[in-house]
Amino acid sequence: MTKMPRFVIAGLMASTMLVGPAFAAGTHPVTGDALADDQTFTYRVLDEHSSVDPQVVEDVIGSEIVRDLFEGLMNQDAEGNLIPGVATGFTTNDEKNVYTFTLRPEAKWSNGDPVTAGDFVYAWKRLVNPELASPYAWFGELMSIENAAAIIAGEKPIDELGVSAIDDHTLEVRLSASLPYFPLMTTHASTFPSPQKVIEEHGDQWTRPENIVSNGAYVLTEHVPAERSVRERNQMYWDNENTIIDKVVALVINDENAALTRYFAGELDRTEVPAGQFPKLKAEYPDEAVSFPRLCNYYYTFNLSDSGPEEFKDVNVRKALSLAVDRKIITENIKAGGEPQAYTFTPGATAGFDIPDVPMMAMSQEERDAEAKRLMAEAGYGPDNPLKFDMLYNTDEAHGKIAVALGQMWKQKLGTEVTLANMEWKTFLDTRDNQDFALARGAWCGDYNEASTFLDLLTTPSGYNDGKYSNARVDELMTEAKTADDPQPLYTEVEQIIADEVPIIPIYHYAGVYMLDSDVGNWPVNNVEQNWYSRDLYKKAE
Amino acid sequence: MLRYILRRLLIAIPTLLILIIICFLLMYAAPGGPFTSERPLPPQVLANIEAKYGLNDPLPVQMWNYVVGIVTRFDFGPSFIYKDRDVNDIIAQGFPVTLTYGTISFVIATLVGVSLGVLAAIRHNTLLDYIAVGATFSAQALPNFVMAPILVIIFTWQLGWLPGGGWNGGQWQYVVMPVIALSTSYMASIARITRSSMLETLHSNFIRTAKAKGLSTRTIIRRHAMKPAMMPVVSYLGPAFVAMITGSVVIDLYFSTGGIGQSFVNSALNRDYAVMLGVTILYGTLTIIFNLLADVAYAWLDPKIRY
Amino acid sequence: MVTRPGQKPETIGTIRNERIVEKLVEAEKVKGRSLWQDAAGRFTRNRAAVAALVTLLAVVIFTLLGPFIAQWSNEEIDWARMGDIAGQGGPSIETGHYFGLDEVGRDLFARTIQATQTSLIVGVIGALMAVIIGTLYGAISGFVGGWVDNLMMRTVDILIAVPYMFIIILLMVMFERSFLMLFVGIGVVSWLEMSRIVRGQTLSLKHREFIEAAQAAGVGWFTIVRRHILPNLMGVVVVYATLLVPQMILVESFISFLGLGVQEPNTSLGALISKGASTIIYGTIWQLAWPLVFFLLTIISLFFIGDGLRDALDPKER
Repeated sequence: MTKMPRFVIAGLMASTMLVGPAFAAGTHPVTGDALADDQTFTYRVLDEHSSVDPQVVEDVIGSEIVRDLFEGLMNQDAEGNLIPGVATGFTTNDEKNVYTFTLRPEAKWSNGDPVTAGDFVYAWKRLVNPELASPYAWFGELMSIENAAAIIAGEKPIDELGVSAIDDHTLEVRLSASLPYFPLMTTHASTFPSPQKVIEEHGDQWTRPENIVSNGAYVLTEHVPAERSVRERNQMYWDNENTIIDKVVALVINDENAALTRYFAGELDRTEVPAGQFPKLKAEYPDEAVSFPRLCNYYYTFNLSDSGPEEFKDVNVRKALSLAVDRKIITENIKAGGEPQAYTFTPGATAGFDIPDVPMMAMSQEERDAEAKRLMAEAGYGPDNPLKFDMLYNTDEAHGKIAVALGQMWKQKLGTEVTLANMEWKTFLDTRDNQDFALARGAWCGDYNEASTFLDLLTTPSGYNDGKYSNARVDELMTEAKTADDPQPLYTEVEQIIADEVPIIPIYHYAGVYMLDSDVGNWPVNNVEQNWYSRDLYKKAE
Repeated sequence: MLRYILRRLLIAIPTLLILIIICFLLMYAAPGGPFTSERPLPPQVLANIEAKYGLNDPLPVQMWNYVVGIVTRFDFGPSFIYKDRDVNDIIAQGFPVTLTYGTISFVIATLVGVSLGVLAAIRHNTLLDYIAVGATFSAQALPNFVMAPILVIIFTWQLGWLPGGGWNGGQWQYVVMPVIALSTSYMASIARITRSSMLETLHSNFIRTAKAKGLSTRTIIRRHAMKPAMMPVVSYLGPAFVAMITGSVVIDLYFSTGGIGQSFVNSALNRDYAVMLGVTILYGTLTIIFNLLADVAYAWLDPKIRY
Repeated sequence: MVTRPGQKPETIGTIRNERIVEKLVEAEKVKGRSLWQDAAGRFTRNRAAVAALVTLLAVVIFTLLGPFIAQWSNEEIDWARMGDIAGQGGPSIETGHYFGLDEVGRDLFARTIQATQTSLIVGVIGALMAVIIGTLYGAISGFVGGWVDNLMMRTVDILIAVPYMFIIILLMVMFERSFLMLFVGIGVVSWLEMSRIVRGQTLSLKHREFIEAAQAAGVGWFTIVRRHILPNLMGVVVVYATLLVPQMILVESFISFLGLGVQEPNTSLGALISKGASTIIYGTIWQLAWPLVFFLLTIISLFFIGDGLRDALDPKER
């Protein structure tokens, strides 16, 4: 509260100074839409973000803010394609294990200092520094930067990280493996530069609005934890004159229904649509209710480890349970937000991935139910000897609805006795991670737009393979895929194996379902990773 | 009197220690930790983080360090989740919010509740009395998580008079609905207690004497009945104040005020242990102080109590 | 307020509850054993309290007989109507969903019945726990006296300053949820106040002739507590317990609001109301209305009954 007056004045100055000169014409250069006088974009976030420090941030909400405040080597466009950011381009060697990025000289920090290759070297070393102990240090390892793993483990000094500044505007990265998609990874928040001087001066508090210095299109001007954060146009940003939105406000609203009410009251430009409400909202507000595919899956995983129930070791039982799930009811009656039904682990929206023909897809639900009953009887379960198990999910309105529906489908079709158990997120993760479950909910969003980001989960060595499914052929195929010229047939074969062995029950693939004010232009609905940048948006005049 | 107050304050020390022990034990027993995430951290990274926060020390050592930190530096530790803030920052930011609307609610609930109660008592067995009793019972039974969305639908969506949430530095528009949602049920309790206590007082002998002397009702209420009738109300107010601030969890969550109740629930969900402990200690201290204040006020009203 | 013999000055924190106690003691002095008959007479003359009792009984009978009328069980999904709950899920005799459908398509009539049962059980068991632990603790503390009393009451002083709502939240967040955890959470909160009241009452009974006679006859202290002290505490315990039940139900509803209540497919009134309230903007008002009606009926009846009992056991009739 004490800080309010300063922010208000700063905000007023910024808006009066900027809106006029930059867009005197008042129309969007590409679409030709008339621009609104007030270029403020306000959106709802579910929770307080964890941090706006690029090397520390770990949540989606925080990453969205970091993408506005900082700019990395490369950016994504509205389709998710790679476009230049601070780097104008890059070159690589034949082995694709050394990359050289050329930085644009006009890039500046918000305090006027130039953005140099040294800022990236500092940031990347910071990411893997055991002293910072970043929860995203593993991303340095994932990028395969030389010595990253050893530095994280404290076995090598930080200075041996395979990244160096040839000069102020040339950055060289040396990798421990051949990585053709390395440049894609430089759009990730963990790789954004950070201002050494400021961090050394303020320590952990450098990300507060009064201290922060950033190189993106916006600067953080206000942050009231658990209530709001405000970012405003960065005068020093190299592409400032093409930025239209002046101010972006993120409001923390825990309850999605409350958020929707506030959207209707005009307080928000964007909010999530609660499960099941999309069709009605689409009918009433056709211009505002939007739905587009996302790069995430939703599934239930059987516990196939030694601690898992004996019943699930029988593939017929697993198959019967998967067949009996009427996915149409889940996607049309419960979620109802345009989510595709899932019969494979990898979403169809994934780049280069075509959903293979798994047998189940060709069957009608009646045929599936009949087959499920037959398999269940074959496995020795029936009215006299019902299958009993617990299903675990984390506390959430939509997860609860889906679990209730699944339980009823199995009960009514197969006579199964299912006990529902919901747990708070952290308890749930811990329980699932320790294989202390029979059937558990899972969901995964791709780290990058390629099928292996999903299918790796079902390999034996994966740290995220909570069901402990293990198939030598799958492991082999996935290893082969890493170096294959065309890995798609290999992915198809993996999906076929999964469809045969049913280590998981795919339920649906995510869609982004929003109420988005029709004033908001250029929302990147085609970016399946939903990496959006406020500087690409604009507000139309009403 | 002073000795009594000192003694009561001394009890605060073992109370707070017990609180710390309960919280530490819960933390120790709870599955998952602040750094549990959907993508499990590599063991080395996790070890680095735990070493940074001293979470790899034995439990008694952690407890000792925690207590020493509070006693010597008034330092309640860092937040494990929000890197640029420590617990003192989080409390300093969230508590004033909760305290502001909590206090306003308290004052309004007390003023309106007492007036309503006295009025109902004076008009005992009239229509007004019956309406007051019925209304207070209903208001007391209506959970504030039902009231909050109804208020937002009416005042924000339909009428467009008030913002549907947020705090915005405490501008009045943002304070109105939290105050209404929070104060109503306490207002009702206070009215009920006031009414029955006032009725009892009005039937006592000294009031009958005063009436016999021909004093007006207004004078009787103001000069004679008010003070004794307020005694049970006063002893209710202490715990009520604490309960209002604790009960504000619902308000904080629904109206996204950024208040301390929200911080507490989030810290429990996130296993942000230091924040959780800090807020629990804050509330423990408040509980002790306001229970004591209520007792002192009670003693002040009742000349028969000696220490 | 008269400072009774044996009352330690530092227990004034309990004074707010002791007014009832005093009246009960006085009543016993004056009227002896006819107290209960008198109270019953007074209670039946209190029309509001009787009406409340009838209402509460009606609610209880409804939860017992309701399942026989219900066309659906509390967990069955109406697949045909679940896709359009706002349109087809309203209360209707025709569809067999007398109270409509909940947000997944389950019969709200069956769920409301089950929820009312849960809430009543939570309320009654929570209050019972308070009564049993609190009465025993208070009676022993008061009767034994000396350093034991001092220690036991200081412990209560300490525990009463613990912000319990927070401890309950912690318990429910961190551990797998079950009815047991709910009762543990609620039970630990409620007995403290009760023990203070009972102790005060015990202290005043302790020096009465019949107790002293029993002591002189060499009866053990536990037997005295059980045979002579506890029966004389019944009045205050009953009043306090009646007032505790609605409090327990309210606490449970708060926990349910936080999403920390009982596991599916079980539910409680708090859980139904909280869900219903959050979705009223979608035009499914019945999802809030029905459970809320039962919730309010139950709680308000309990309030009136509690008040009625207190007045009935209070000899100074108004």
